[in-house]
Amino acid sequence: MKVRKLAISLATIISLVAPPALADLVIPWLSYRTGPYSPSGIPAADGFADYFTLLNERDGGIGGELVKIIECETGYNTQKGVECYEATKGEGSLVYAPLSTGITYQLIPKVAVDQIPMHTMGYGRTSAKNGAIFEWIFNFPGNYWDGASIAINHILDENGGEISGKKIALVYHNSAYGKEPIKTLEKLSEKYGYELTLIPVDHPGLEQKSQWLEIRRGRMDYVLMWGWGVMNSVAIQEAANIRFPMENFIGIWWSGSENDVLPAGERAHNYKALALHGVGTDYPLYDDLKTYVYDKGLAAGDGSSIGSVLYNRAVYNSALLAEAIKTAQEMHGVSDITPVMMRDGLENLSVTEEVMTSWGLPGFAPPFEVSCENHGGDGLAMVQQWDAEAQEWNIITGLISSDKEVIDPLIMEDSTQYAAENNITPRC
Amino acid sequence: MFYREVGEFKTSYPQDSESFGIGLDKYGYYFVLFIAFVIIPLMINDYWASAVLVPFLVWAIASLGLNILTGYCGQISLGTGGFMAVGAYSCYKLMTSFPDLNIIFCIILSGLITAGVGILFGIPSLRIKGFYLAVATLASQFFLVWLFNRVPWFYNYSASGQISTPERSVFGILVTGPNVQPWAQYMICLLFAFGLAWGCRNLTRGSLGRKWRATRDMDIAAEIIGVNLLQAKLSAFAISSFYIGIAGALFFSVYLGAVDATEAFGINQSFLVLFMIIIGGLGSILGSFIGAAFMVLFPVLLKNILVGWWEWDAALATHLEFISVGFLIIVFLIFEPHGLAQLWRLLKQKLRLWPYPH
Repeated sequence: MKVRKLAISLATIISLVAPPALADLVIPWLSYRTGPYSPSGIPAADGFADYFTLLNERDGGIGGELVKIIECETGYNTQKGVECYEATKGEGSLVYAPLSTGITYQLIPKVAVDQIPMHTMGYGRTSAKNGAIFEWIFNFPGNYWDGASIAINHILDENGGEISGKKIALVYHNSAYGKEPIKTLEKLSEKYGYELTLIPVDHPGLEQKSQWLEIRRGRMDYVLMWGWGVMNSVAIQEAANIRFPMENFIGIWWSGSENDVLPAGERAHNYKALALHGVGTDYPLYDDLKTYVYDKGLAAGDGSSIGSVLYNRAVYNSALLAEAIKTAQEMHGVSDITPVMMRDGLENLSVTEEVMTSWGLPGFAPPFEVSCENHGGDGLAMVQQWDAEAQEWNIITGLISSDKEVIDPLIMEDSTQYAAENNITPRC
Repeated sequence: MFYREVGEFKTSYPQDSESFGIGLDKYGYYFVLFIAFVIIPLMINDYWASAVLVPFLVWAIASLGLNILTGYCGQISLGTGGFMAVGAYSCYKLMTSFPDLNIIFCIILSGLITAGVGILFGIPSLRIKGFYLAVATLASQFFLVWLFNRVPWFYNYSASGQISTPERSVFGILVTGPNVQPWAQYMICLLFAFGLAWGCRNLTRGSLGRKWRATRDMDIAAEIIGVNLLQAKLSAFAISSFYIGIAGALFFSVYLGAVDATEAFGINQSFLVLFMIIIGGLGSILGSFIGAAFMVLFPVLLKNILVGWWEWDAALATHLEFISVGFLIIVFLIFEPHGLAQLWRLLKQKLRLWPYPH
């Protein structure tokens, strides 16, 4: 019976996984609209889908080719992520954007074998910045180590450059994602003399009482957070419960969305997070989105996430990918590009102020260029602060640069170790 | 009519103690093996290997392991995820510390290491029973995962705390790493699954299996008739952990290639395996396979039908999947509390009597 059952189910699946026509530019989006990470996953998935719907509706796709988004639900689970990857890679997928560091780690060796580029914007493996070794992986415009260093630089600015003896805690999601900044923060603590305390929060992060008790007991001066999904809002509520001064609580760019601060209400006032790009809907692009997408009823979600930080993040991500497709089309002179051409497009991507204006997002993010050596951009970010009364994020600093003196050797060390383990010869 | 003992003449003792006494059973079994070993490797592709068959086989091994402990010996365990983590991390440490050691030995050794850890956590089972034992094994689950997060030596001090598998081959054929062929990935799991299922079948038919079952049914009675409870329980813990350790090692090295202790071996996995054996059938080898198939393949099948075929919204399909898997679990538990394997057993009994049911 086992066999018969298996055979029937197998036969059904075989008939289902038949390859469809390969006409469009296919981009799979490994989304998570379910589970404990859905507060973060839904706005991102909506933004990604809406931007490409806009391109299809307004411009007829990119270079005359329609873009087809295949959404595959992962629930932020690596096993489902692998299943999604295997299911979609045969459909002519140009580039993967898994929005999960765990899935990224899983896919890094696979995409290199299948020759499909992967773009992990502001997440994933930091040392993938070294394009000489990670040929197929791109993590522009910034990475976690930049983020850690920028947060410390912001604290330095606030304290007039002197933070030795300060107690800084890192509250992090106990996974590959949350552990990424630890090494950088340790190196920086040697340099600046602050005391670093590591406070892990286990998946999914609903229970953080003991962690925040530890922060209160240790009388921490600053708290940095690497959180995702429900963990963010729980942490901010717990911080409010112990009356931790919110202006000393700084989240990474993944811990600074509306969904994270709204549950804490008034008490989240002044909470800070890093920002890779501008906030709000005050950009010409939103007029087009309204005309071509929302008003036509083509929006991917229920509209509640439009203009939120993560929605903007996904719009930015899709704009970067669209620009890379355009670059690849120009480079190779064909409109129906392959994943290999897409890689060239990503590697020669140049995002200038004019390019962002052409997207309808002037001044949205810092300009940067990708090159063979540098797949990670310049690592610039701003700091945003939550205004609980107006219920909006405000950018409160200019662009802050990360401490390249500390980060670059770390990236070199980690990527050469990877190259040695996997017998990779650096390209450029 | 066809499926019966009548006409099966046994002329020697070995024949009489064959695992599959009825001809049709035996040929059916050979047929399944033929399909699994010959036909599937010829047809398999990447999707089938990494999304369907390899996870199915790995989970089947894990549920075989838990079935030995819970189904045969009656000791409830919620530490499966933790033991799988032991298997995975010891496989990783062996692979990286002894690069020349063949992966097959790495996997078997990690099974043995897990068996040792299993015995350690099995010791309390001599004093505590039932739900209390479940809580004690739950402690092992949390402790082991915490340990692998906490001590950087286990993940070779990597920045992300992840472990990722180096490339290894058997007889010159790659079986781990990204360049692996789908059939090789499938075959190594199949060989382990076959060997372990065969071992499990024969162990449970032998004197050790009878001791386990006596312990399960009533431990005081078992002790009175001369079963050494210490030996029976600890051997069940050891062998069960050996299976689960191998499942963990394959899960890490062949199936995923990179894992993170908290996510890959969390409490969810312990429950998943427990559900597999409850739905498949406690104390049944076929049940372990059916249970694994149900819990692993059914969601994939449903997703392919709803999203791939009917083009439903991916999130809606996932929600529906939660609802229907939960609903089916309840249905099976109400209508067939002995698991899906019992349906097969009933069918066989009916077939033996057919067409004269009285």
